[in-house]
Amino acid sequence: MHFMWFTERAYHYDPEDDPEKYRAYENEVIRKRSFFATPNAMFEPEVASKLLNQYLDEKIYTDAELINFDGVMLNEHHGNPFCLGAVMDVEAAVLAKTTKRVKIVLLGNPVTTVGNPLRLGEELAMIDLISGGRLVSGWVRGAGSEQLANNANPAHNREMLEEGIDFIVESWTRPGPFRYEGKHFHFRHVNPWVKPLQRPHPPFWMPGLVSPDTADYCARRRYPYIALATKLRPTTELWDFYAKAAAREGYQAGPENFGFMQPVMVADTQERAEELGKRILFGGAFAHFARPEWMFPSGYNSKAATRRLAINDFGPNATNKPLYGEGGEKTDAEIEGVKKIIYDSYPDLQREMVMIAGTPDSVIPRLNKVLDVLRPGIFSFWLDGPVPHKDRMRCLELLNRDVIPAMREHGRKIGLIDPFSRPPGGRLLHGREPEPVADLDALKAMGF
Amino acid sequence: MSEPAPEDIALGSLRLRVLTVGSGPLLLVLHDEMGYPGWLSWQAELAATHTLVIPMAPGFGQAPRIEWLSGVRDLACVYARMVRARGCGPFDVLAFSFGGWIAAEMLANDPALFRKLVLVAPLGIKPEQGVILDAFELSHRAHLEATVRDPAATAEFDQIYGGKPTPEQIEAFDDARAESARLAWQPYMYNPSLPHLLEDLGAQVPTLIMHGDDDGVVPRSAMHAYQRALGAAELVAIPRCGHRPEIESTEHFLSHLRKFLQ
Repeated sequence: MHFMWFTERAYHYDPEDDPEKYRAYENEVIRKRSFFATPNAMFEPEVASKLLNQYLDEKIYTDAELINFDGVMLNEHHGNPFCLGAVMDVEAAVLAKTTKRVKIVLLGNPVTTVGNPLRLGEELAMIDLISGGRLVSGWVRGAGSEQLANNANPAHNREMLEEGIDFIVESWTRPGPFRYEGKHFHFRHVNPWVKPLQRPHPPFWMPGLVSPDTADYCARRRYPYIALATKLRPTTELWDFYAKAAAREGYQAGPENFGFMQPVMVADTQERAEELGKRILFGGAFAHFARPEWMFPSGYNSKAATRRLAINDFGPNATNKPLYGEGGEKTDAEIEGVKKIIYDSYPDLQREMVMIAGTPDSVIPRLNKVLDVLRPGIFSFWLDGPVPHKDRMRCLELLNRDVIPAMREHGRKIGLIDPFSRPPGGRLLHGREPEPVADLDALKAMGF
Repeated sequence: MSEPAPEDIALGSLRLRVLTVGSGPLLLVLHDEMGYPGWLSWQAELAATHTLVIPMAPGFGQAPRIEWLSGVRDLACVYARMVRARGCGPFDVLAFSFGGWIAAEMLANDPALFRKLVLVAPLGIKPEQGVILDAFELSHRAHLEATVRDPAATAEFDQIYGGKPTPEQIEAFDDARAESARLAWQPYMYNPSLPHLLEDLGAQVPTLIMHGDDDGVVPRSAMHAYQRALGAAELVAIPRCGHRPEIESTEHFLSHLRKFLQ
């Protein structure tokens, strides 16, 4: 199995050191139900400088000292304090030189919003060259809000993503100079002098929030699909969807095709872990990443996805129905009422394993159940929320010392194999029916 | 008059969906970026004296997309081809908002097609002061409400958009917004060359520009920019009215329109 860890690199204030700013910032996010579009007058460069360096130091330390971690994962978002990684490739370049061992997993580059796939291919090639071939290059559409933050046309998003990926591969593998005249991209002189160390190119993975369109694309391309902290049952349904698409391509999907990202918080005591784990709900957490009309700008979704959202009373038409509270709160007292609703949901979220918090002994059995159900070859721990640096470091140490070895052993027993050990798409079906890829009996046994 | 149904017409390899209704001189009507809104009282009034020809803009919720359209000028060329194919011109045109931009592109390309032109709060020219409302910052509901000065006081607004929208309505509206993104995302809802292309064409084609004096979608300065570009154009501001005079102030709208088209 491949174990890695991820954090959004959130901009935050430490509740112990700076409770007033912590509260003011959270109240601002809740008031408008969105991290996206938080006024950047609230940005303090000194705070961001400290945080970005801490986040990089954690990864460098992980590479050097926490040898059970196989990779570190990065992402990027724009116009959003939820994630300080506005240009992920800059961080990846730093890590390419300052780490020696771990895979640098980018999940992923938003080809459409970056806008220039030739330049993007050159950046990635340089990261792969400097890191000695440790790059895993992932691709994303970017959240709907990224389209607004970059003036990228949402109606062209998927077409540009797919064309851009194909172009980058071509720029790395076809002898240049050559001319490229596509639908959205045009380059009259393609001859990048830097190309990746890994041949024909670094592995491609794609993350998602159980989007069938993306899963179908990944299955056709034999790219592993990484589910980002989605609930177990819909994730198993998507695995099945992927496996059927894979079967149509003539291969058996398996653990090497799937990854899962799980929010965790591990500490020396159960109380401390649960208290810190609760902070993943800060500001409404991912539910308040951006308002629905910014998450799903018209044209961003396929017609089928738009129909699903419309039938489920969600999508860009749903902003008069906030996920928490009634909306329109102005005073701090009213905001406190919304916070209470948000934080009161914590026991349910723990029960549903949206957050797994505890001591190593308490989290290992629950994490192994996730492995039983989803059978992923790739597993990413997600540490987030305004958790003090020292607690984040302790969490990483405990994951490395106790949790990963136990999970790795469990994964070995149940046959979980990562895509570095078995190439995704390598098991041909030869006309046979595909085997199940998730364990629904294990899901049932958990009471879901 | 009950709501008439559009028909599909062939135009070479293209298929357009067009509503033709009424009797009298031909009046081409180009709807706005929110898609064809359905049969309303102003249309019924006009159909008594004019033959309304209302193309359902391809991809705007009521008719299939034309995949290769890449800008407003492409759509203007398609519409110009459609009216040339009818073989009767020059003709009058009434065009709303995004439809006004399409009509202006048609005018720039071939003024001989037009007898008279009425632009109602047209998009297409960059305002000198203020900006065109970014609908993509808004939810469907907020976008619709921003188009009128007072939704609660606009009876036909409620007729079109009142109540809980059906999934089909949401899908159609989302289609319209998506297609407007395909055609006009950047620069957003205007063509920098349009004022130059329209230069002095008002002298050839009598033009009326009508707009609400409290338009939350397109600033008044864009109307002045149109008037300046055309050289000679009549400008009428409808009092206490937003972006949609035809439903917010129907009597004023029809009165100005009829007087101008006489």
